[in-house]
Amino acid sequence: MKRQTQARIITLKIDGVDVAAREHETILELAQENNIFIPTLCHLDGLSEYGGCRICVVEVKGSNRLFPACMTPATEGMEVITNSERLRLYRFSILDMLFSERNHVCSVCVSNGHCDLQYLSAKLGMTRVEVPYLNPKVDVDASHEHFIMDHNRCILCQRCVRVCGEIEGAFTKGVMGRGVNTRIIHDLNGAWGDSDTCTSCGKCVNVCPTGALVEKGKSAGEMVKRRDWLPYLRLMQED
Amino acid sequence: MMIERFEEITTEEQTAVAEHDHTVKVCVAAGCLSSQSDQVLDALKNGVGEHRGCHVKGVGCMGLCSQGPLVAVESKTGAKSGSVMYQNVKAEDAPDIIQSLGKKPVARLELKTNVPFFQRQTKIVLENCGEIDPERIEEYIAVEGYQGLLTAVTELSPIEVIDEIVRSGLRGRGGGGYPTGLKWTTVAKMDGPTKYVICNADEGDPGAFMDRSVLESDPHRVLEGMAIAGYAVGATEGYIYVRGEYPLAVERLKIAIRQANRLGVLGSKVCGTTFDFNVHIRLGAGAFVCGEETALIASIEGKRGTPRPRPPYPAEYGLWGKPTLINNVETFANVPAIVRKGGAWYAGIGTEKSKGTKVFALAGSIQNTGLIEVPMGMSLREIIFEIGGGVPNGNCKAVQTGGPSGGCIPADYFDTPVDYESLKALGSIMGSGGMIIMDDSSSMVDVARYFMEFCMTESCGKCVPCRVGTVHMHTLLNKIYKGEARRHDLETLEKLCDLVMNTSLCGLGQTAPNPVLSTLRYFRHEYMDLLVDGAEDGRGATAVDAQLLEAQS
Repeated sequence: MKRQTQARIITLKIDGVDVAAREHETILELAQENNIFIPTLCHLDGLSEYGGCRICVVEVKGSNRLFPACMTPATEGMEVITNSERLRLYRFSILDMLFSERNHVCSVCVSNGHCDLQYLSAKLGMTRVEVPYLNPKVDVDASHEHFIMDHNRCILCQRCVRVCGEIEGAFTKGVMGRGVNTRIIHDLNGAWGDSDTCTSCGKCVNVCPTGALVEKGKSAGEMVKRRDWLPYLRLMQED
Repeated sequence: MMIERFEEITTEEQTAVAEHDHTVKVCVAAGCLSSQSDQVLDALKNGVGEHRGCHVKGVGCMGLCSQGPLVAVESKTGAKSGSVMYQNVKAEDAPDIIQSLGKKPVARLELKTNVPFFQRQTKIVLENCGEIDPERIEEYIAVEGYQGLLTAVTELSPIEVIDEIVRSGLRGRGGGGYPTGLKWTTVAKMDGPTKYVICNADEGDPGAFMDRSVLESDPHRVLEGMAIAGYAVGATEGYIYVRGEYPLAVERLKIAIRQANRLGVLGSKVCGTTFDFNVHIRLGAGAFVCGEETALIASIEGKRGTPRPRPPYPAEYGLWGKPTLINNVETFANVPAIVRKGGAWYAGIGTEKSKGTKVFALAGSIQNTGLIEVPMGMSLREIIFEIGGGVPNGNCKAVQTGGPSGGCIPADYFDTPVDYESLKALGSIMGSGGMIIMDDSSSMVDVARYFMEFCMTESCGKCVPCRVGTVHMHTLLNKIYKGEARRHDLETLEKLCDLVMNTSLCGLGQTAPNPVLSTLRYFRHEYMDLLVDGAEDGRGATAVDAQLLEAQS
């Protein structure tokens, strides 16, 4: 028998809406196609999936477990719930974790008003952080000619690491340490400005969801990331 | 032909044994080596120089690690034929032991072997531990080693091998208890031609040393299990991922692989058939999370050891994207015996749903610290009080099983049979086999705090709930332990447990709250006693802040 090469089409329900999908499409892709909102932070169209922020978790009927929408493939007859009270509370808690982990002080942040984390918390209706702030002492790397890496605002979504390796092919950005001591590093943990591999393309700055990667010379609220080229990420990877 | 070669080796070995009236075995596994058993071995070897008919050799772990270095003497002639065991042997004792050969044993060193610790065990995985020299393949072959592999590759089809494993009811010994036969079937059904077999020897639970002992005492057994697995699922490459903290295990594995390749039971054309199987060693760099299968695979690939969401499972998309079978050391170590003696024989041991035996490492406040192997379904009471010899001082309070992913089981539940389901029902897990016994002096809050600290420092930092949640939980547990917390802190702690358990990416995060949840379940009063406003009247029993509270009112 000849093997099927055409992807199978399956049907499932997301929040009660019937949707058709190609096999291997993720729940997140389907939700976006059908204008169903699922919050995301580490996901970016065109980059490999990471599955680390856990903000996109959804419920699937018949299972007690939660599934990350960005990495869970749709299956036939699946019934997905994206906005239950339980999920709402978990998402608040995850935002609590992110805000308490480093020093996210919006009022003095150059990305104030143009930040995915800030936007998401407002959109989900978050009003307070329920756990104490950890207030860690972390560095700012301003050694690069054009850009600044402010670890205070980093949420470790690793979009910058992925865009640097997968799209630019420079592999300048990497990760070091573990747990809360995880840090984004350049080359072998040198100063960004000393990096031989960085091409200064600025892709990392523009995919960064927060004010962790910014251009030099911007004051509070002035850093608007250029996102107009993001739809081409997928094309760049295919080439 | 390989079978004739095996017979030849076996005969040679048996002749050599027959020539000696006495065999002196000295444990040279890490436990006894740390109390200088290597010096004992040297002293005995030098001492018997003039004593004919005596053979001194280093062997693997004999189990009772707390009494090491251990020496066993087997005599065929003399006043006392049979076997004698000696405990806490020092190099100075060597002349006495040699003097006593064939005569009365040295009384001051003698270790009684007619006690439950030795009598109540059923040894399958550990059958050769303490019997054979781990650095000689000939001794392994003389005890029917590599017979299972030979039978599998020459007489059975891969499907028949898998059938045997399915029939045995063997379940993953790494802790999860996933049916091994099912896992093998899944990988066997995947399209080839490239598939991999991985042996997970990244044993990281505090207080657990089962895998280390097996690798140090009987490395060929694990290699044989892997090769059988490779034949069954259609893989030609095997990787053993050993943690770097086990240099002796790595050394012995290297020797074993070299010997097996030279003999032709590994490498190309295994046992003269068309089946090839090469085994490689990869060293872990000290990250606990690399025991998680997807993180382990990333680490072998040379990437940062972080897990990824499953599905796809490694059986489908594993090492370098190829179908991969990944099992624990102990699981592989069970395989040769199953193939040799049949799945039905194995299924006859243990309980209905948990077949066979399990190796446990007894540690903590217990008389007989060491390594034991018991049939599934034995009660915790039998393990701790009969085999383990009970708690030396005070009363036994609880036992912690399953390491940082497991929980504490209080003494009231010690009649529970040890199997996967029963332990899970109690809020703990079987885990890889670490058992830490705690007496009255242990504070359960402190225990929970210790394990949370472990999870906090071992979190890889990939997913948010585990990375940050464990820090907050640890801070709260610290606060409770110091007597500075209030009831709402306990509520926050429980809420965080729920968050981390349900939203974390991998097993490390999902199970990190277990020590807290299980101690809260059985020892909630200990938490309440430490709260400032814990007691019913609003005052904590320890009441560090009682005066403060008074001042406020």
